[in-house]
Amino acid sequence: MVEDEIIKPDDSIDLRGVLCPMNFVKTKLKLEMMEAGKVLEVVLDDGEPMRSVPRSLKEEGHKIIKVENVQGVYHLLVKKA
Amino acid sequence: MDQGIVKQRVDLNELKSGGFIKQNQKDLFTVRLKVPGGRITPEKLVKIAEVARKYSRLGYCHLSFRQSVEIVGVHIDDFDAVVKELATIGQKVASCGPRVRVPTACGGCEYNPNGIMDTQAKALEVDEKFFGTPCHHKFKMSFSGCPIDCARTREMDLGFQGVVYPEWSKDLCNGCTLCAKACLEGAIVSDKEGRPMFDESKCVYCGDCIRACPTDAWKDKKTGWLVRVGGKHGRHPREADQVVNFLPDSKVNDFIAATIQWYHENGKPKERIGTTINRVGLDSFKEKVVNAFTQS
Repeated sequence: MVEDEIIKPDDSIDLRGVLCPMNFVKTKLKLEMMEAGKVLEVVLDDGEPMRSVPRSLKEEGHKIIKVENVQGVYHLLVKKA
Repeated sequence: MDQGIVKQRVDLNELKSGGFIKQNQKDLFTVRLKVPGGRITPEKLVKIAEVARKYSRLGYCHLSFRQSVEIVGVHIDDFDAVVKELATIGQKVASCGPRVRVPTACGGCEYNPNGIMDTQAKALEVDEKFFGTPCHHKFKMSFSGCPIDCARTREMDLGFQGVVYPEWSKDLCNGCTLCAKACLEGAIVSDKEGRPMFDESKCVYCGDCIRACPTDAWKDKKTGWLVRVGGKHGRHPREADQVVNFLPDSKVNDFIAATIQWYHENGKPKERIGTTINRVGLDSFKEKVVNAFTQS
């Protein structure tokens, strides 16, 4: 898969310190307010959030197009289905 | 309880495979109902509740450790009526004693995201085919859909647990490292480019990497059942031995039949199959039963 290095998110949600499953629920609600094809940046803690949230997003049909580790904090780019 | 009285008062065929368990109280029995896999319709629950309200002389039910509903305190004179009334909605009585018991199973792959194999369908099928088969001692089976193993296959005489073999395709991988994050076993470590290095010796075949992968670079190459035999709890617990990995779904019934056959031939009365394996040797079981399924 070819990575597009310059994808600019349309919106962002910072979920550092937010526990499972509330972090996923907040992401879901945010995505519901966006149009299909738009990109949301999701900022997540390492550990359980990184194990659960991406998988749940995939189950909902959304596409994770980029994962970046910025000094131990994860930035996900999610394309709304 | 005088067995002679039982014979006079009730239809012996109903008692053939047990399911009526003697209580402390004179003439009162616990009636154990068959709930394969623990899944039951509201209609059946309502009918069972009606029957229990009418016939339980103690006024309660009990949920057994193996997913059965038990009506406690049924008088011996009411056996026939209880069986007949439950039969109107197809509710059958379960078993006790030295025979194949009702199989248990986890909730079900239709709604549990971890589920790999269809435990509910298999529990029903196996119950239909093997329930009540006489053995040297009790013979318990269970089905877990994934390696979390909610149905505790390690404690069963014969246990089946769902497994999935993950296969990685380089072309689809974008190096996101989510699979390494998802893997709780340390079987996947990301290299410098974020691509997975897979150590199969640590893999439990749960499929978390497949579910996490956003680009479908991880896929299921095959699914099947991990088979464990000879487990039990009770006074002298024994952890089951793993004997097959990735038994195809279509071979489960054959494997059960072959195992029961071996148990018949090698076991002694009142001996669980785990004890037989301890006495005769796991190698003998593998040679006579397992090899035919792993060599194809």
